[in-house]
Amino acid sequence: MTHTPPFRLPSGGRRIDRAYQLPFRFDGRHLRGLTGDTLASALLANGQMLMGRSFKYHRPRGPVASGAEEPNALLGLGQGGRFEPNQRATTTPLVAGMVTRSQNCWPSLDADVGAVNSFLSPFFPAGFYYKTFIHPRSFWKHLFEPIIRRSAGLGRAPTDADPDRYEQAYGFADTVVVGGGIAGLTAARDAAQAGGQVLVLEQDSLWGGRTPIDHKDGQAAIDALLSDLRGRPNVTLRRNTMATGLYDHGYLIAREALADHDPNQGIPRQRLWRIRAGHVVTATGALERPLAFACSDVPGVMLASAVRDFIAEYGVAPGQRIVVVTNNDDAYRTALAARAAGLDVPAIVDARPVADGDLPRAARDAGITVLTGTGIAKVKGGRHVAGVTLCDQSGEGRVTDSLDCDVVAMSGGWSPVVHLYSHCGGKLTWDKAQAMFRPDPDRPPLGADGKGNVTAVGAASGDLRCAGDLERAEGATQPVWVMPARAPYKLRSKMWLDYQNDVKVTDVELAAREGYASVEHAKRYTTLGMATDQGKLSNINGLAVLSDALNQPIAATGTTTFRPPYTPLTLATIAADAKGEAFQPLRKTPMHAWHEAHGASFEPVGQWRRPYSYPKGAEDRHMAVDREILAVRKGVGTLDASTLGKIVVKGPDAGRFLDMLYTNMMSTLPAGKCRYGLMCNENGFLMDDGVVARLSDDTWLCHTTTGGADRIHGHMEDWLQCEWWDWQVYTANLTEQYAQIAVAGPQARTLLERLGGSIDLSQAALPFMQWAEGDIAGIPARVFRISFSGELSYEIAVPAGRGLELWERLHEIGQDLGITPYGTEAMHVMRAEKGFIMIGDETDGTVIPQDLSLGWAISKKKADYIGKRAQRRLHMVDGKRWRLVGLESVDGQVLPDGAYAVAEGVNPNGQRNVQGRVTSSYHSPTLGRPIAMGLVRHGPERMGQVLDFPMPSGQVMQARIVDPVFYDKEGSRLNG
Amino acid sequence: MLILTCPYCGVTAEETELQPGGEAHLKRVGPGGTDEEFEAYLFDRKNAKGVHFERWRHAYGCGRWFLAARCTATLQVFGTYKAQNAHPPSDIVDSIRAARPDWTPDWTTT
Repeated sequence: MTHTPPFRLPSGGRRIDRAYQLPFRFDGRHLRGLTGDTLASALLANGQMLMGRSFKYHRPRGPVASGAEEPNALLGLGQGGRFEPNQRATTTPLVAGMVTRSQNCWPSLDADVGAVNSFLSPFFPAGFYYKTFIHPRSFWKHLFEPIIRRSAGLGRAPTDADPDRYEQAYGFADTVVVGGGIAGLTAARDAAQAGGQVLVLEQDSLWGGRTPIDHKDGQAAIDALLSDLRGRPNVTLRRNTMATGLYDHGYLIAREALADHDPNQGIPRQRLWRIRAGHVVTATGALERPLAFACSDVPGVMLASAVRDFIAEYGVAPGQRIVVVTNNDDAYRTALAARAAGLDVPAIVDARPVADGDLPRAARDAGITVLTGTGIAKVKGGRHVAGVTLCDQSGEGRVTDSLDCDVVAMSGGWSPVVHLYSHCGGKLTWDKAQAMFRPDPDRPPLGADGKGNVTAVGAASGDLRCAGDLERAEGATQPVWVMPARAPYKLRSKMWLDYQNDVKVTDVELAAREGYASVEHAKRYTTLGMATDQGKLSNINGLAVLSDALNQPIAATGTTTFRPPYTPLTLATIAADAKGEAFQPLRKTPMHAWHEAHGASFEPVGQWRRPYSYPKGAEDRHMAVDREILAVRKGVGTLDASTLGKIVVKGPDAGRFLDMLYTNMMSTLPAGKCRYGLMCNENGFLMDDGVVARLSDDTWLCHTTTGGADRIHGHMEDWLQCEWWDWQVYTANLTEQYAQIAVAGPQARTLLERLGGSIDLSQAALPFMQWAEGDIAGIPARVFRISFSGELSYEIAVPAGRGLELWERLHEIGQDLGITPYGTEAMHVMRAEKGFIMIGDETDGTVIPQDLSLGWAISKKKADYIGKRAQRRLHMVDGKRWRLVGLESVDGQVLPDGAYAVAEGVNPNGQRNVQGRVTSSYHSPTLGRPIAMGLVRHGPERMGQVLDFPMPSGQVMQARIVDPVFYDKEGSRLNG
Repeated sequence: MLILTCPYCGVTAEETELQPGGEAHLKRVGPGGTDEEFEAYLFDRKNAKGVHFERWRHAYGCGRWFLAARCTATLQVFGTYKAQNAHPPSDIVDSIRAARPDWTPDWTTT
């Protein structure tokens, strides 16, 4: 029979307001719904049953459910930055002007070319991909993978940035009740009476769950509970809030829809709640299961509860002639509701041999035909249900009768929503009598105190009859996993289990035959339960079929793992305000604004932004680097070194402590002097370096790398607190207290002496590797005579608030000396010209100082330091290690950073053996040629040898092993 | 996400405030140790399923390192204590024994 209007019933629908029509668009068509509609009810009210296409076979799909478990009616919603794929039509409230489109079809929902897959379905069984796309091997990369990638995924990802605001909030409660149905509200009342803060979360916009629909006095009972709870100061009620995941120690994530799909209200669209719950009560209800009969996926086959909801909640008739098929009493409510709404119910097809409870009796009294012991042999119709053929449920499907209808309302029983209970380790038990997995109250999730911290109540606990103070009397459910029980292959191969992913009974049976006996393996082989609904409808039926195929009880098969989130969370909610500039803090030095004003091109160094170079005029950043280097080498330049870590270590045992931390001796460093120090971890590997200055008898100032400050401070504290906790040492990370400026170049002293002050900067008074304190240009300062550039260099530390003043002063008075600000890249090149190592370039966490010929910075006298024992391990001293050398490109080209030098032969994987790699490589403007450093096996013993560096292009670059110090080997310049 | 109470500042902190530091009560092996002893110190970890002692730093709080006794299987927390203990103190041991009667310490206090 055909699907005929009217689709909107003349009366009824507790959610809708018939006075207000809302226009919206679906695949370009202009339609109208009512205030209170969901997209699904509005589309059904327009006669639009076809809402999507299945993923694999592109079969036509209509809504099956009326809630969050919907696998079929997934739409693309919105436009531009607000476009969202895969939105469930059944839970998306209709908003005026909404633009929606169907998915997974081309060129249109009605005429989808991909539907050809459906006719080829005998060739696409479970595991098809694994069996087919193997040979010939070369086809994978060039043919199979591109095709699979193009057809993968349901819906299209949005391409524009999301314009809406999302926020996050923290919540705390002694008891959190998830689910505002009668069981949840009752539990909330009990918890509130017992005392403590109670938070109740309800996914829907209305309280009560199924109770107001399914029970005559339901709404009154809900209203009474709500009125009680609203009067209690210790109770918070929160609607439109979906608890999506429960994690360790009562950590609950919930998503509250604030202005969903109506984003112009000026408030955040969604709020992610991060709730710490003392105790969680799951009152999440139950989901109805489909029945597996032939062609169960034809649009118009719906869950009995969904048919009832569309009639009662939205005043929508999914069809005019509704056949109910069931294995339980509850579905009789649908037949009664349909009949009360004036719709035809040709028959209730009940698989059970006997149905004589209150509800079946009421149905018979209403004149509805009840066919017991009967099943559906097959659904007729292609794009829409046209009728059903009937058979004996216990037989093989011989057709006994047929009925015309446009909707089949099916019920295979109910499964408690056990997701939250299971997310965090709660165990389930198979309830054979009720044919369901339900939470095992003896094995709940545990809190920090080792006691259960989750309790399931109501239908979520398996108590399907629970209706608070209302009692339901229903007959027993009879498990029906396949209809009819002894259906032959031909029928079983048309019985859908997972509608979205097109997994059928025969696919699961095939998986079992091919050895996928574990439910987790069978799931992945068949993709059962891997669709966007995560098996909310299909799992139990699927594992029952698997159990049957394996000839074992369902309890032995078990369930797949329930993982959060229960329903999808949009990434925007998870990110909330932590995006763009607020993604992470940005650290700026006191001179940052000057750098910006002078055209600095910045680079990120940890959370800092440091000037990479200062391009002028038509220069690019690399041309600027060359100019800056030459300016420093010939005149004077300034580097903002404020980001360098500055950690003060003080106390009677500070010297002893630093002797353990650094490879060299710091306790013997005289006050007023500086020493370059290396810091290793307990594995012996070099982790940081920097200059240490002794400030006084009991105080040292340790400079660290820019990225290392916090880490090294943490490292110090770790050893101080946990190993040498009886040593009297205090550390403080003063990195941001000081601005530091490196003034480098042959004119550095001349420049600084112009500033005036109390510090004698002469070579005699302040030689290399000493420091002095006083004032410079009226600013209190420490001046360190240290050099990372290889030039005459002073690093001047002043209070952070005066850094900019000093920097500007230097540039004012140094114009005639050609003073030039230089950035990090000039610094890198200059240190490489000098053969100085850089943590992170020459080191990668597997390099010991000895590899870098830094033995001079390792004390031979000390009995111990962190890393000393490790540096004596066999492979550290076996002489086979790669060691630091300079590399001189033979053809004058700059070697690529990270390039490998090959050796003779191949390794067991057939790859060329290697004997070294490039760690730093630059064009040196000072020398007018490329320079590089690298780690090479036996490197320092192989001076003059030429290494081959094959490039991805096939070209082989060559470089000669040379001394790593390319510039001023004698050090006369930095001592100048 | 775990909750642990910092024994120094008393704050009940959640995991995002804390920095994990691996197994507690390791005894450092210095230059005098044999290769085997040093390797064990560097790499051999109990990786217990059950009662476990571990290091945490209240990194986004008071900054102190402390130790926690916890069940790695159930995440039950038996208690936290200061890092300056060579072995778990007696109140922690009592708390573990109350919850895990079969458990016995694998160290000797002298």
